[in-house]
Amino acid sequence: MRVTLFVPCFIDSLYPNVGMAMVHVLERLGHTVEFPENQTCCGQPPFNSGYWDEARVVAAKQIAVFKDAEVILSGSGSCGAMFKVFYPELFHGQPMEPEAKAIAAKTWEFSEFLVNKLGVTDLGARFEGRATFHDGCHGLRELGTKLAPRELLKHVKGLELVEMGEAETCCGFGGTFAVKYPQISTAMAEVKCNSIQETQADYVISNDSSCLMQIGGWLNRNVGSIKCLHLAEVLASR
Amino acid sequence: MTALADPPRQQFQVDANRTSSDSPRRAAVRRALSNYKTARDRTGATFTDWKSARAAAATIKHEAVNHLDQYLEEFEQKFTARGGKVFWASDSKQARDYILNLAEAKGVRSIVKSKAMTGEEIHLNQALLEKGYGVVESDLGEYIQQLKGEAPYHFVFPCMHLRRDEISDLFEKELGTAKTDSPEELTMIARRVLRRAYIEADMGISGGNFIVADTGMISITENEGNARLTVGLPKIHVALIGIEKVVPRLGDLALFLPMLATAGTGQHLTGYNSMYGGPRQPGEIDGPEEFHVVFLDNHRTRLLADPEQRDALHCIRCGACLNVCPIFKNIGGHTYGTTYQGPIGSVITPHFRGLEDWKHLSGASSLCGACTETCPVGIDIHHHLLHNRRNAAAQKPAAGEQLLWKAFTFLMKRPALYRLATKFAPLGSLLHPLIARTMVDPVRSWTDTREFPAAPLHSFRAQFKAHQRAQTLASNLGGTQ
Repeated sequence: MRVTLFVPCFIDSLYPNVGMAMVHVLERLGHTVEFPENQTCCGQPPFNSGYWDEARVVAAKQIAVFKDAEVILSGSGSCGAMFKVFYPELFHGQPMEPEAKAIAAKTWEFSEFLVNKLGVTDLGARFEGRATFHDGCHGLRELGTKLAPRELLKHVKGLELVEMGEAETCCGFGGTFAVKYPQISTAMAEVKCNSIQETQADYVISNDSSCLMQIGGWLNRNVGSIKCLHLAEVLASR
Repeated sequence: MTALADPPRQQFQVDANRTSSDSPRRAAVRRALSNYKTARDRTGATFTDWKSARAAAATIKHEAVNHLDQYLEEFEQKFTARGGKVFWASDSKQARDYILNLAEAKGVRSIVKSKAMTGEEIHLNQALLEKGYGVVESDLGEYIQQLKGEAPYHFVFPCMHLRRDEISDLFEKELGTAKTDSPEELTMIARRVLRRAYIEADMGISGGNFIVADTGMISITENEGNARLTVGLPKIHVALIGIEKVVPRLGDLALFLPMLATAGTGQHLTGYNSMYGGPRQPGEIDGPEEFHVVFLDNHRTRLLADPEQRDALHCIRCGACLNVCPIFKNIGGHTYGTTYQGPIGSVITPHFRGLEDWKHLSGASSLCGACTETCPVGIDIHHHLLHNRRNAAAQKPAAGEQLLWKAFTFLMKRPALYRLATKFAPLGSLLHPLIARTMVDPVRSWTDTREFPAAPLHSFRAQFKAHQRAQTLASNLGGTQ
């Protein structure tokens, strides 16, 4: 299959290994991976701030870039939800609505694509350690992704997965919310990270790097010893 | 409660900063709500199919809200036929004036009141006290808040933020009772005061959980029996109810009563579920001589006129969205500065009290969607927060912010320029530690409390290109062998 990657702007610059891990996983499964050079940002920051006209300009650009893709794969549940759920809403009643819906229909979140589109759960990955999984809210509640990442992690040799009490509680990132209301955002991160620490895990795994930026940001300031990993990085390791 | 001397947004910021760092209070609220969650999950599991029950409830409320005129008039007709009186109040002043005039005309001296958020909404107690009427809240939590001079912290659990010893101290100070650590003793102290209030009162004021159109009755659910006494003992009963509380048929309560109990407190059914259909009828031995229902609009019709957010009128005020909200758990109820706290309050308050003044509540959300997921009547709560943000930006864009997004758009629709900009990320990362957490740090609101990740030397783009070149090279070499 020809898989077209959407690599969100912050993964491109801050977490390139996540994107490369996705490339490795897909190529090992025999798929062709492409990355259209002209992609930028999904437009979620202005969209979530209420500036929909501006968001539409950015979104229209991505829709044009991904028009010919067979499937679009996003390494972030949040940006994936933007494509899949919010593009149709953003262009509702607009001339580009059909194109927006077409993009939405072929967009997949990484773990859902592996488990529910390709039917793969065992990638032959090996990763030694004790880990807990964080459900990103957009992946969980906009896209309904809950079991797929766990199914994949269950087959990783050497990995011990321990569920935390607050797995489904928001980490407090929320995009611009994290800097508009930093105190509330940080209080939420603290609750999340305390729950992570209670599991005595060495790693926090998630299918959303934006949450990991928040969780990692708090852990690195306050704890230091727990590492954050994207699901793809774990699945790519041998 | 703090007076709104500052604009609501500033007050919110100040209060949120204070409460979100109050670790003991946050932990106590979290503990209480974790017990709620356990109970709710257990009770919810006894529904054959909670998901279908929610869908059915949403359908019924949709039908009711989209035919409000018809169902409210049906209620009025049935209710007045039994001697009840209905007053339609367009705004809070009309509602207050009706109740004040009634009290004056009937020579009322003291009033007992059961839980009614509509009363909070129109500042009824304040108006009654100003006119010299004694008014006592009879719900235990509301009574405690009244003694404390504070608004309810949570519209279902009014004093959930208080510890037992704080309540004991309050009683000692206000009522002169001895300190105690026993919930039973605290309850008995309140009961002694309240029993006297029921007997002395010549007017009882209540809210109402449901308006039942086809029988012309109001339904009140409660756990303490205080509403029954408030309604039953005084000679005049006034029920102040929001117009959206209507359900078409009595049979609908077979779904809504257990649903409200489950979502609200985790109970199968609330302790007391009563139906009231009018004043004392000939031959009856108890009940009020007069029964007035005040239908409160107070901008609910403004919400009704918005087809996108109309479903917010489905709300049965169970409080479930507050109980699962990570924002509520960390900032607490008073920080919102509204009658209705939490996610649903952040959705409806801008409609009731003005978008410009209350849009910040829609901004103060990570849009995690836990509220929408839990709402028993299927209100699209967190997307409405998003809609409020959109409406606010369209109504009055913030100059600085709009400029920021215009610049953002300028960059993001020019891939070449964007690629150029990302090339500076590693350099930025290298230099950032020099200014991190200082006045000139552009991401200080992040770095004050969290580490900012460093950008690696090679972006994904660069790495992917190199990877593709290596692959091409390998396949070319493979081809020449």
